[in-house]
Amino acid sequence: MIEVQHISKSFGDRTILKDVSGVFEKGKPNLIIGASGTGKSVLLKCIVGLVKPDDGHIFYDKRNFSEGDRDTKIEIRREIGMLFQGGALFDSKNVEQNVRFPLDILTPMSYEEKMDRVNFCLKRVGLENANKKMPSELSGGMKKRVGIARAIVNNPNYLFCDEPNSGLDPQTSILIDELIDDLSEEFKMTTIVVTHDMNSVMGIGERILFIYKGQKLWEGTKDTITHSGVKELDDFVFANKVMRSLRTK
Amino acid sequence: MQGFYCSMIQEIGKYFIFIGHLFTNRESFKTYYKLVLEESISIGIGSLFLVALVSTFMGAVTTVQTAFNMVSPLIPDYVISQVVRETTVLELAPTIIAVIYAGKVGSSMAGGLGTMRITEQIDALEVMGINSISYLVLPKIIASMLMYPMLVIIAGVCALGGGYVVGLVTSIISPGDYVYGIRYSFNEFTITFALIKSVVFAFLVASISSYKGYYTQGGALEVGISSTQAVTNSVIAVLVSDYLLAQLLLGQ
Ligand SMILES: Nc1ncnc2c1ncn2[C@@H]1O[C@H](COP(=O)(O)OP(=O)(O)OP(=O)(O)O)[C@@H](O)[C@H]1O
Ligand SMILES: [Mg+2]
Repeated sequence: MIEVQHISKSFGDRTILKDVSGVFEKGKPNLIIGASGTGKSVLLKCIVGLVKPDDGHIFYDKRNFSEGDRDTKIEIRREIGMLFQGGALFDSKNVEQNVRFPLDILTPMSYEEKMDRVNFCLKRVGLENANKKMPSELSGGMKKRVGIARAIVNNPNYLFCDEPNSGLDPQTSILIDELIDDLSEEFKMTTIVVTHDMNSVMGIGERILFIYKGQKLWEGTKDTITHSGVKELDDFVFANKVMRSLRTK
Repeated sequence: MQGFYCSMIQEIGKYFIFIGHLFTNRESFKTYYKLVLEESISIGIGSLFLVALVSTFMGAVTTVQTAFNMVSPLIPDYVISQVVRETTVLELAPTIIAVIYAGKVGSSMAGGLGTMRITEQIDALEVMGINSISYLVLPKIIASMLMYPMLVIIAGVCALGGGYVVGLVTSIISPGDYVYGIRYSFNEFTITFALIKSVVFAFLVASISSYKGYYTQGGALEVGISSTQAVTNSVIAVLVSDYLLAQLLLGQ
């Protein structure tokens, strides 16, 4: 469980996040949704400590992350797997080396054990035959999937995904969503997924936080999202025709 | 103007903090060993051709120009190669090659790190709990400090060789005189001094370029700017430290 309390962040005189609080539960995907540019990625980066919030506290299973010393931070970070919006694969390493990297650095496993784990993860994201490809030879969607494989390879307790299915076809998107859902449940991970894809929201949205211009306007589940009564959320949810037709029914 | 000095002092402070982070070392010796080897190969082999080419011509040109300036019949020919030896070993090999080295190795270090920064690869390392500064930069600095002195030795040899060949071809100076001049009243300390300089320059170029690349912000355009700044700042640092070292080690 991750608890975020009163996070604020400004860049220069631009306020990006204003007093955001929330609880992200274990064993299921917690979704952060919102329009482009509202500060979702910044919030995620605050939670993992890549961006230092101006105000507020972050707790990982009661461990104070924002005020922890360097060792506490490193200890917590070694339990984190993260998928970045652009994949963030290491250009100089091939797919296999990218996925193996956290194991190389963080575990004392033997080479065979590592390769078993790597191949298992690559299979889960549907990339069995790309082991030796370099990142520059991959499509955007494949990079995302390699990024997911790298994020889950070390059995993290906390999984963060920044738009795991943007740039993927609808079928693969659903596969990735389900993968994240399954893994969260199977390994009892606390998973936070940033997305603006309504398909994901309706598919795996057990817990949803809606961010609007840096503020948390609403939280709930996929069952309550269609009748929240929050105008900004309705605009977001019913932006496309299919969702609108659902509403009038 | 005051603002300029303030930001410069801030920048220098940030650079020293950056250097400090290099040594809050987290990973195993084995990891660094492998990385240093990889970097050494790319730095050393990658720069070998350019360094050899530049220094050979440098030696040749110095020989021709020195000969051109020695008009008096009272000065023996071997003085030419003596002058070539002193200028190339003391100054041209370590310092001019450092400028070339900054242009080649420094800009690629800054470009590489800058790209890693803007594509969030550095963030990815940090999230894994890895000290990205020491993981990425320390091997580059160590490799640079190992390889650059070797490049300087090669540059010195090539420069003296270039002078020899040009002397032979144009018959400005006979091979016998050339070799005699190179050995005549030779002070071994010049070699030590050149190597001390080259270790210092290697550190400066690698650390300043890495610093510039590591703190890139923005996009591809800014990566280009960081690379350019890496070269300019390294060259300035090399020239200033060249003067300081000369004053310190050779000054009376
Ligand atoms: N390092 C930074 N410095 C200055 N401004 C930043 C920085 N990072 C993000 N911002 C600004 O913060 C705002 C929110 O950015 P963020 O990346 O969080 O958006 P987002 O909600 O993730 O959008 P998207 O869905 O398009 O990814 C943007 O307006 C961006 O310009
Ligand atoms: Mg984003």
